[in-house]
Amino acid sequence: MTRTAMRHPGLNLGPAHADAEDTREEMIFGFWVFMMSDFVIFGLLFATYVVMLGGTAGGPGPHELFEMKSVFIETLILLTSSFTFGMASLALKYREDTKPLVIWLIVTLLLGVAFIAYELKDFHTMFGKGGVPSRSGFISAFFSLVPLHGLHVLAACIWLIALLGQIAVHGLDSFVKTGLLRLAILWHFLDIVWICIFSLVYLGGLT
Amino acid sequence: MSGDLPDFIFGKLDWDTLPFWDALKDPTTFKIINAVISGGAGALVVLGALGVVILVTWLGKWKYLWSEWLTSPDHKKIGIMFIVIAIVMLARAVIEAVFMRAQQAVGLDGGFLSPEHFGEFFTTHGTIMIFFMAMPFLTGIINYVMPLQIGARDLSFPVMNQISLGLTAAGAAIVMISLVFTPFSTGGWSGYPPYTERAYNPGPGVDYWIWAVTLSTLSSTLTGINFAVTIYKKRAPGMKLFRMPLFTWTALTTAILMIFGMPPLTVATALLALDRYLDFHMFTSDLGGNMMNYVNLFWAFGHPEVYILILPPFGIFSEIFSTFSGKRIFGYPVLVVATICISILSFIVWLHHFFTMGQDAAVNAAFGIATMLIGIPTGVKVYDWMLTMYRGRVRLSVPMIYAIGFIMLFVLGGLTGIILATPSVDYQVHNSLFLIAHFHNMLIPGLLFGMLSATNFWFPKALGFRLEERWGRRAAYSWIVGFMLAFFPLYVLGVLGMPRRSLTFFEPAYLPWTLIAGFGALVILFAMLCLLIQLWVSIRDRHQNMMTAGDPWDGRSLEWSTSSPPPEYNFPVIPEVHSRDAYMSEKEQGKAHQVPDEFPDIVMPANSAMGVIIAVTGSAMAFGLTWYIWWLVILAGVVTLVAVIARGFVRKTTRVISSDEVRRTHLAWLECVRKTTPVDRSKEQSPENQGLPVPPVNGAVQ
Repeated sequence: MTRTAMRHPGLNLGPAHADAEDTREEMIFGFWVFMMSDFVIFGLLFATYVVMLGGTAGGPGPHELFEMKSVFIETLILLTSSFTFGMASLALKYREDTKPLVIWLIVTLLLGVAFIAYELKDFHTMFGKGGVPSRSGFISAFFSLVPLHGLHVLAACIWLIALLGQIAVHGLDSFVKTGLLRLAILWHFLDIVWICIFSLVYLGGLT
Repeated sequence: MSGDLPDFIFGKLDWDTLPFWDALKDPTTFKIINAVISGGAGALVVLGALGVVILVTWLGKWKYLWSEWLTSPDHKKIGIMFIVIAIVMLARAVIEAVFMRAQQAVGLDGGFLSPEHFGEFFTTHGTIMIFFMAMPFLTGIINYVMPLQIGARDLSFPVMNQISLGLTAAGAAIVMISLVFTPFSTGGWSGYPPYTERAYNPGPGVDYWIWAVTLSTLSSTLTGINFAVTIYKKRAPGMKLFRMPLFTWTALTTAILMIFGMPPLTVATALLALDRYLDFHMFTSDLGGNMMNYVNLFWAFGHPEVYILILPPFGIFSEIFSTFSGKRIFGYPVLVVATICISILSFIVWLHHFFTMGQDAAVNAAFGIATMLIGIPTGVKVYDWMLTMYRGRVRLSVPMIYAIGFIMLFVLGGLTGIILATPSVDYQVHNSLFLIAHFHNMLIPGLLFGMLSATNFWFPKALGFRLEERWGRRAAYSWIVGFMLAFFPLYVLGVLGMPRRSLTFFEPAYLPWTLIAGFGALVILFAMLCLLIQLWVSIRDRHQNMMTAGDPWDGRSLEWSTSSPPPEYNFPVIPEVHSRDAYMSEKEQGKAHQVPDEFPDIVMPANSAMGVIIAVTGSAMAFGLTWYIWWLVILAGVVTLVAVIARGFVRKTTRVISSDEVRRTHLAWLECVRKTTPVDRSKEQSPENQGLPVPPVNGAVQ
């Protein structure tokens, strides 16, 4: 029982999916390791941001640039997308037909795209208030961190589209299954990073 | 309008970037000398590349090269390709070192190199030695040996392994191309801003450096993930963690250091690129930039990097001391714990690289003590190695000569490290040649001797014949002597106050020491020549040094239990492990070379062009970014994206090797082993040694 239980942290497909064989599930473990490495990158950028908070050089600071209402909406969108991806993962594990899976994935994708659009709108507003990276070290630090998260979301969306394409071409085979499990890890990871951004970059910047 | 199109196509490239152009326009003797040196180097790159293309075409080997090497997912071939890159880059960087030593030997009130040229020399020398010699060398050796040692058929992610190789190759190519389209950075291998910022350094040099290093760090991060997952997930049944050979242990800790230690440099170079390309102010000297962030990020990478470089040689020397003393390694668990301690300590000492940059005394003291602590596990290792040799039957083969040279010189370097770890002393000698002497004292006897020792040790495994001993000895002794002559004088010069990276000096007392160091550099050049001759003689005489039976040194771990070279799948049947020194205990119990009951079909990864594609797009993108050729950047980016997505649609990622083929190959090899005469250790270096040792008696190697 416990022996078959965990091949890697997180959602395991379990014995019902015998085709997602051992060697492919090794990839999920590997992806967790990659996430640790990626987290180091974000961690360093967070630390740099905190150090650079004071480096406004007379330019606009957090109080002039940040709009919490918009950021709050982005947060809700992203958290909801994490929930819908969770529903997709459950559909992957427990449902025979692919339809609910595909629907949840498309909902997730739309939420991801909406998040990116909202974030771009935010950056645009910041630019309008003179919050461009060439203005100060503080704004540079902001734009080295937050858009990197956005780029990750964009990459995850592209990956999601590619996986939907793979489902269309190959059906729900072990390659797609392990791909979805890995994408799920990335998606939830980006959620956690966003929560850190919300608390540290936005709330922390405003205190 | 007429000027726009060439600008669009060629970016900032123009005739001035060719290394001899300046001297043509304004020929003075000084400029001509420098132009001959740099133009010669550029010509060598072009001719070398052309020569390889012509040679391969002449031999008609393009198809062989493509299907057997470039697209092969086999960890052994990828390992060898990593090592080839490392050796080519080693040759270039050694020649650069000789030029720098020559400059300083005649550097009293002048010399022959221009400051820009000298700056490029020390920058490329450092960058290449760390990122394109040391990293690919150790990556190649781990790639080759580790899966064999743990009884696996390949790494966990063979295609990612190809991509790692492709990224490293792209970075190395960029550094080589910088000899043709000059200049490279003059900011040193650490590239500190604000000197490397656009305000002070608007040219392409720093951009070359940024992208070459970034490619290398991405490669090493992926490699680290690959190695760690392989060691966690693919060990043969019974190969518990505390039964792994010590080299595999150091491979594991190195992999973990790569996973956590490489990202800081990726961040540092990426932020520097943002500063330079998009006018950010992360590290600039105005508008709230803070260059101390760069220094911290760089050394948060830089210190783990030091142990990424030194831990694999520790593992290699552990194998070599035990094999060539004919004894079990002394204190295996202690060595493992010491390895782990070193890798943890490596993350908490980075500040000792900049004691003088403004922290208060208490912080410096804390980091100084942490630094000195590293001497404890390292000292434990040295004692364990000595006690392994104690009362063993030590054979002075080439790997062992390097190992003994290492142990003596490395202890000396360690002691000067303890001196430097004292902040108050560091204030006196920091940024002087004392520091240069110290880290070369660690890296040449440590890393480089380790790599050369490993090459001599595992070469017969990889190629099926031994390396020639006589020239191997000459190379080893020349390295040891050349190292001492070239670097011990630098300790003296450092204490006399000579700063590092000095183009010229006005203190006559330095002169005798720079001359000795210059002579030492020539001895090292001779050592490089010996290595080349050794390789040449070995290939020429390969038939009398054949080693098909696979075990020339009476080895102890699983890699010696297969044929030389091993089949693509390494082991016809995955071995079962019951103890440490798994193969030695098989030999003791007379269980080596048995015919398995049945042969399975073996599933191996299929060939893939991903590595080649990444190598091409990676170097194209880096080149385009350096010279502001935006269409090339976009094209390379799109091709990479399409290739990665398309790869996701591929379903035929494996191929099956039939049990018949496996049986035929294995039985043929066993037949060959049966015909081989076993030899005892006194004949190890003679042609009679065909890779089959006399079995041990009562646990004693014969």
